[in-house]
Parts: sequence; C-alpha cells; structure tokens
Amino acid sequence: MKEPDVLQQESPIGKSPPRKEGVAKVTGKAVYVDDLPVAGAIYGATVRSKVARGHLRGITYHPGVPWEDFHIVTAADIPGENTIALIEKDQQCLVDTTVNHPEEAVVLIAHPDRELVERARRLVELHIEPLPMVFDLDESLEGEVRVWGEDNLLKQFSIDKGDIASALASAPIIVEGEYATGAQEQLYIEPQGMVALASPKHGITVWGSLQCPYYVHKALATLFGLPKERVRIIQCETGGGFGGKEEYPSMIAAHAALLAWKARRPVKLIYDRHEDMLATTKRHPSRTRIRSGHDEHGKLLALDVDFRLDGGAYMTLSPVVLSRGGLHASGPYSCDHIRIRARAAATNHPPHGAFRGFGAPQSVFAIERHLDKVAAQLGIDGAELRRRNFLLQGQTMATGQVVRDNIDLPQLLDRAVAMSGYAHKRAEFSRLNAEAASRGEPIRRGIGLASFMHGAGFTGSGERYLASVVAVDATPTGIVRIRASSTEIGQGKDTVFTQIAQDALGLPSSMIEIIRPDTAEVPDSGPTVASRTVMIVGKLVHNACLELRRKLSEGGLLGESYTAEEFAAACGIFHQLGGPLRVESQYQQPAGIDWDDKKYRGDAYATYAWAVYIAEVTVDLTTYETRVDRFYALQDAGRIIHPVLAAGQIEGGVAQGVGMALYEKVVWKDGRMQNAQMTNYIMPTSLDVPDIFVEFDDRATRLGTNQPHGPRGAKGIGELPLDGSAPAVASAVHHATGAPIYAVPMTPEDLMLAMETVR
Amino acid sequence: MSHKLSEFVARSATSLPEALSLLAEPADADRGPWRPLAGGTDLMVTLAAGTLPVGRYVDIWPLDELRGITVTDESVEIGALTTYTDIRLHPLLAKEFPLLGLAAKETGAIAIQNRGTLGGNIANASPAADTPPALLAYDAELELLSRSGPRTVPYSRFHSGYKQMDRRPDELITKVRLKRTPSDAPGHTVHYYRKVGTRAAQAISKVCFAAFARVEGHRLLNVRLGLGSVAPIPLRCTRTESVLLSAPLDEPLIRRAEATLAYEISPIDDVRSTSPYRRRVTLNLLREMLSRCQVRSDST
Repeated sequence: MKEPDVLQQESPIGKSPPRKEGVAKVTGKAVYVDDLPVAGAIYGATVRSKVARGHLRGITYHPGVPWEDFHIVTAADIPGENTIALIEKDQQCLVDTTVNHPEEAVVLIAHPDRELVERARRLVELHIEPLPMVFDLDESLEGEVRVWGEDNLLKQFSIDKGDIASALASAPIIVEGEYATGAQEQLYIEPQGMVALASPKHGITVWGSLQCPYYVHKALATLFGLPKERVRIIQCETGGGFGGKEEYPSMIAAHAALLAWKARRPVKLIYDRHEDMLATTKRHPSRTRIRSGHDEHGKLLALDVDFRLDGGAYMTLSPVVLSRGGLHASGPYSCDHIRIRARAAATNHPPHGAFRGFGAPQSVFAIERHLDKVAAQLGIDGAELRRRNFLLQGQTMATGQVVRDNIDLPQLLDRAVAMSGYAHKRAEFSRLNAEAASRGEPIRRGIGLASFMHGAGFTGSGERYLASVVAVDATPTGIVRIRASSTEIGQGKDTVFTQIAQDALGLPSSMIEIIRPDTAEVPDSGPTVASRTVMIVGKLVHNACLELRRKLSEGGLLGESYTAEEFAAACGIFHQLGGPLRVESQYQQPAGIDWDDKKYRGDAYATYAWAVYIAEVTVDLTTYETRVDRFYALQDAGRIIHPVLAAGQIEGGVAQGVGMALYEKVVWKDGRMQNAQMTNYIMPTSLDVPDIFVEFDDRATRLGTNQPHGPRGAKGIGELPLDGSAPAVASAVHHATGAPIYAVPMTPEDLMLAMETVR
Repeated sequence: MSHKLSEFVARSATSLPEALSLLAEPADADRGPWRPLAGGTDLMVTLAAGTLPVGRYVDIWPLDELRGITVTDESVEIGALTTYTDIRLHPLLAKEFPLLGLAAKETGAIAIQNRGTLGGNIANASPAADTPPALLAYDAELELLSRSGPRTVPYSRFHSGYKQMDRRPDELITKVRLKRTPSDAPGHTVHYYRKVGTRAAQAISKVCFAAFARVEGHRLLNVRLGLGSVAPIPLRCTRTESVLLSAPLDEPLIRRAEATLAYEISPIDDVRSTSPYRRRVTLNLLREMLSRCQVRSDST
C-alpha cells in the first residue's frame, strides 16, 4: 500500500495529546517493581568483591544472624553458563575464582526479613588475594599489567579517508589538542530492581525495571541453559533508564532468578540508590587526541583523531559505544583526509555502559572543543569557522557515506545565531569582561556553541541483524493492540506509538492499546536504545497498522474511508469469519544502504539528526562557579510526532548535558565510586538548569526533500541533546574566562586551576 | 540498614522533666545512654545508611516549650525546636538577624526546613552545617538544661573538636540567645552570608562564610566571622577579626587579614572539594565581604 505523502487533517502526528500512561503515574497508581505485591517473597542482597582485582580464596559467614534460615547462592549454584551473555560472554554472573572489579557479585543471600538480609550481607567476609590492577585507560593501553585478554583491548578500529599523512605534512597550519570526559551516572528516578519466580518445573519469570526485555531473556536462557520459551521477562512501569537499564538489568535479573531457583520461592532484589550508583554502569570516560591541518581560512585539510574509552572490567557494550563514538568523531564537517583511530581499553573499574549518546557525547565534545581551539589560534570566530567547514548535501563523511539528505547546516547555524543573539552577545560580553577585569570585579559572561549530528538507529548493519518485528492485532470490538518490545521508560513511547497507529488507521486514541512488553506477549522489536524507538520501531508500527487496514479492505470489509464504528464492525465480522486478525511487520533495510563492518566504510547510519546548540553562562571568579543562564537548542530531527514530548526530550538532555559539563563528577578510589550518594554526586537541580529555548527545523521533511526513514519522516531524537550540550557550555566558559576548558566535568575546583594559566 | 528498626528503642517525651530524667539515666550496657531525637533530619540519614548506632532515643519533638521565638528589648531567644521554616518566616529575625534566615533558606529542601530544628543543627555538630556560621557571626549564646538546672555557654566555645561539644549526655540544648544591637549604636551594620555548594539548592557547603560588622567611615567598629567547612568545627575567626579592627580598612589591612585567615582555617581535601579551593575561595569571600563594608563606608 502506498503511503499518502500528506498528513490528513485529522492525523494526530504533530499534535501533543496527553501522555497515555501519565494519569497512572501522577496519581500514584502506576506499579513499579518494588510496588509489586508478591506473596511469600523473600528478599535478596548482593555481597560484592570490594577489591578491584584478585583471587577469591574463601568466604566466611560470621555469626550474628541465623544463617540456617538463609538461602545462599554462589557461582557453584549456576545451572548453565556462568556468564551474562551480551556481545561476548566474558562477564561472569558471579565470581568463580577471579575478581575483576570492586563491585562484582560473589555471594547472593535471601531471607524473608528484609532488614535481616542487610545485616547478614555485612557479615559475609570475602578472602581475596589482590592482583595487580589498572585504573587508568592509557596505562591499560600500555599493557604492562594485563587485565583482559591478550592486550587489554576490548575493541579497536580505524576509519581512514584519503591520505592523512601527506595531508598533515602539507597543511600550512597544524593544531593539536587533548580532550577528556568523565564517567557520568544516568540517575534515573527509580533505582534498579527485579522480582523473579524460578523453578526447573515452571521455568523462569522475571518482572523488572528495564529497557530491553529480550536482552534479559537471552542472558537468562544462557545462564540457566533453558530453551527460550521457558524464560519470560515482563517490564514493570520503569522510572527512567537513559541507557542505565540497557544491559545491567540482565545481571540483577540473573541474581534474582538464581536465588529463586535455589530457594523455590519468589525473590525480590531491589537496589537502593547507593548500591545502584556503586554497581551499575556509567558513561565511559574518554580521552581524545586530535591533530588537524588547516589553511589560513580555517578550512579543514586533515583530521587525525585518536579516540580512547575506558571500558571497565568486561566488554559489555564497549565495542558498540566505541563505534558510535568513532563514527561521530569528525562531526558534521567536510574533510578529504581523515583518520579516526578508536580503542576501548579494559580497566578494573566496574564496566562502563550505555548512557544516552553512547560514545557520541565523548567524541563530539573533543571535536567541538578542538574547533574552538583552532578558531582561537587562527583568530576566526567559532561560528564562522564551523560554517566554512560544514558538510553539504552530496559530500562524503569519514566513512565515505554520502550525505543524501537535503541538509543546510549554514542555514541551521544562521538560525541558531539569530535566535540566541550570538554575534551581538559575543562582542558585548567580551567588552564587559574586559571592563570587569580592569576594575578587579569577579563576574564574567560568555557565549559558546557546538554544531553536531547524531546517527539514528543501530550503528552499521545493526538494524539488519536485529531484524526487528512488531505485531498488531485487533479484537472483535475493534481494539487495535500494538505488540512491540519497546519499553515506556518515561520518554512517552506509549503515546507516540498510539499517534503513529492512529495516523495509519484513522482511529481514536481510545481504540489503540499498547501491550506492556512481556516476552510471552510481544515479539522482539529490538532494544529501547539508540534513538531508534520512533524511527525504526515506530515505522514498523506504522507499517503493521497499514497492513492490518489492507487485510480488512482486501476482504471487502472496509472501504477507503470509514468511521470508528465501521472499523469495529469490520473487525467483528473478520473474527466471525475465523480470524485471527493479526499482522506482523519486520524491519527491512532501505535500499541503497551499505555498510562494511570490517573496514568501517559506507553508510554508518540510515540517517542523522543535525543540530546547533548555543549556551550562555555567567562565571563568578569569587567562587569559580558557573551558571548557565540561557540555552538555545535548534535541531533538524525530521518530522516531530509529538512536539511537547520532543521538546521535553531536548530539555532533559540539555539538563543532563549541563550536569556532564559542570556538576557531575564521579570520585574514584581504587576503582570504587566514593561519592555514591546524591548529596555528594552533584546533579543540577531545577534552579541550576537554564532557560532552554527549543526549536525544531523540519522544513526539509515537510518539503519532502529528505529520505523518509521513520514514520512520516521522523528521525531519532532521544540522544541528540546529550552530544552538543557539554561542549557548548565549555565553549561559553572558555569565552567568559579565557581558561582552556578541554575536560569535563569542569567543577569550580578545576576552573580555579585553569584560571592560573590565564593572564 | 544494617540494624533492624525493632532493635532501636524510642520514647516520645510527654514533658520536659520526663525527657531530662531519661537523659539522666545511666547508660544501658547494650544500648548506651538515651539520646535526644528532635526533627530527625540528620538521624534518619544515618539510620538509612546503616551507621546510626542501635540505642535509646528520646523524642523531644512534642515539647512545645522548646519551640518558638521570644523577643525582648535586649535579646531574641530561639527555642531549640524552632524549625528552619519558623526562622525563615520571622519578620524580626529577617530584619535584625538576616543571616539566620539566609542560612535556613539554604538548608536542604522545603520538607527538611519544615522538620529540621536549630537545636538539632547545633547538636549534630557538623562543620558543614549552614546555621552555625550565622550563629557565630551573631555571637549567640546557648542555654543547656539538665536536672541540675540551666547553664549558659557562648556558642563560639561550644564546639571543641570534630563532633565534640560542650554538652553532657544528660543535657538538652533548650534555647539560643542573640543580643540585639541598640538602634542608637554608632556606625551601620553589614550582614554577609554566602554558602558555596556548587549547586543552587540541596547542597552541602564546600565553604560557608557568615559575617557581621559594624562600620563607621573607613573603620570596622566590630566584626565577627563565622566559617563552615574549613575546619573540624564551625569556626569563629577571632584573630582575623582582631586584625580587621586594628586599622582603617585599606588594601594593606585586607592583605594582612587574608594572611591571618589563611592561617586560622584548616580546610581538607574530601569527596566534596579540595583544600586549595576552600582556602582560595575563603579568602575571596573575605574580600567580597569587606568590599561590602567599603561600599557602605564610601557612601556615608
């Protein structure tokens, strides 16, 4: 069926209906995992290694609790493979002999009395003989202490375009710099937790707070050596994820299920905030070295990037985080000679993992700060330097991918510059700062920007391998049920999928039901990650709904246009004639997309969202505190399905980016987080978040000049705002103070030190 | 929690004498002495973290006689159970002792301000607490009460070391007394309070600086400096005060004051900040505070 090109008048696309699950959340009726009433449940707790690396020599259970009443699980109790299966199987579920990071689970205990479990946890002593440890990613890459595989390298690859060596050799101007980003906590509102029922007879059922039901499903089937149909994963209402509930829930589900399997009783395993911050994944810390060659006008002639990530003790998702980071490392800029060398190194930190942006915020920070450095060195304004280097339609990116979309980045930049008053403020703040400095006054103002893109959907051939499926069925009364494993994690997926289904079917919202992700009820639509839910899965929802409609009209039950009542009647008749009225839609890679996994050549992403962000700051040199006053976020993310939710995504991402830039610092000691409380890990409060002005530029989509990958031309949006916020803020602080801010988080302590280098 | 809630003993006092007689009981072999529990905003945090010792707690929250603000011609008395919210909303405090309201406003969230008490903030003895610097700047007096009667202690001498204070286990802090400045006193007043906590709300201070000064022309007639988070205790900086009173306020005097203050404080590196930062910012805040005094003196 050919899709109509123009939205119907009554289409809900582009409107902002109320959140489908909103009322239950705000009235407290939504059931989160720890709210689940579970008859006869016992409570689990996790005894962790605390030592970053060593041999486990023994376990002592000190007196103080009635140990005979406890259920205790160690690696010896695992029925299948002792692994949390993900990309590789290198991560153990429970420590067998060797400890590789300080938060590794060694012993699981459970008891009906929740308070007693916590006391007992503190009475388990682990005897661990320490081994040499590595916490610095460059020390890991030097390889003197081997902590993973042959060379500590979790993944490396190189992207090569043109001839970098001769381009650097012949460039009249060379600029070099080193840039760094720190670990960051996702800080979803609801800490992680799982409830498990498990027995050899009934198999395993797990309820939990999670993003990716089929990741947990795969991990548990492997751990227990069970066929897939004996494992069932059900998502509870989930209080945020941001990537933090992408891979770690498999670990908690595994632990809860092991306890339940042994105890033959339901088990509740809920982390408090402290344990969640200590043990679950964080954003990969990064270091990036860039050498670039330019002509005297700033034109990029050569770009040589060395991008390194600290992956922590196990591979987990580091290879794909590294891929996305490397693929975004050259930014939205045109350059004929590029080399991007990307490496993820193992250390004895707890594994770093998925976090909104997934490697791109790290590499985008580096290239954007580098361009500011180039601009300063050449005496060119940062906006102008970017304008001179933007990718244009028809040009090629680092992988050789041709930009097919009708992007007009100079125009996007102009619009952002106009909406923020950038040019005027830049000059005005410089003047005011000079005056303040001459009078010995402490207040400085600054404005800075970042331009960037974010690839939507899985990297490279990821979507082709995933081959996601969405099923849609209709009841005899015409209720259309959307079956997808995409999870509602606060982003509004239920609402947006409803809009997409309504658009395809012309039905009211009340006739669309979103089935809660449950592996017994929904097919595998892939994980809820990678800014793919609307663009990839939403498109499958759209296609499946169109298919459902076709099925009814082919049978002559439905005309070209119909009322809701006519649709319901048609469904009723279809069921009477024998039903079932169910269709599936599976992902098919659009024609013309080609990716080479080995050489990192070709179409890294089907499409990209493009953006220019501008931050305005005030710095008080009395305390070295920075306040972000205003933030302007302009992006082309294709068709916006739900403007209010989309703007909310951008605002939340900017707030998280401001946290990444100025506040959120993980303090490490011997591989452990020292400030795993929200009193000492400082995330910005609503008083610290600036006024955020969000605008979407969807003109190219409306004109129909872009490839429409997502439903009605929607692209990914969820991760985009994390990429550009931190570099825009750092750029503004640089303007305000003259201090070279090349690492984030930049706390007041860091700015104080940086100011010592400023005259 | 490492301890079961059922192992704790708590009793709600129905009268002040009852509370005092519980506090006077000898320590129990297993559970130690009775300890006072007021708003609970500090104890509940340690309870949740599993670090609150199992013991006996006497809940003094019901004792209304320890609550409220009494104004006389010479002084203002603030009952130990007066909450941050009560302090924020009191018009006379806002006018004559504004640092207290500023400190209360910077403490925790609204819910904490509704429940946390001034006496509790003092007795918890955290060097990072928000109201103690203000109390030091106003040269507050504490009244303590036991079965043997009341006792008065200058607040500047109350804290003796990290979490050490001049309070016997059988004593309750009952009130805080502030002396009012007579309206015909010479010069004019400068109140200065700045909490540096990296974010605009819900922060624990890295440096907290409170000051009260009387200024006439280019001289300070009186000055008191109360600092938080730069020493093991909330710190009154009397040596720096002496320097500031010794000569007209000019750049050489400010430099001497900075040098003295740098000597008086002893900030540390911890999970929240660094010693060099705390030191530098403390001196910057001194300069900012003195610039307020200079502005006032220039305009008179």
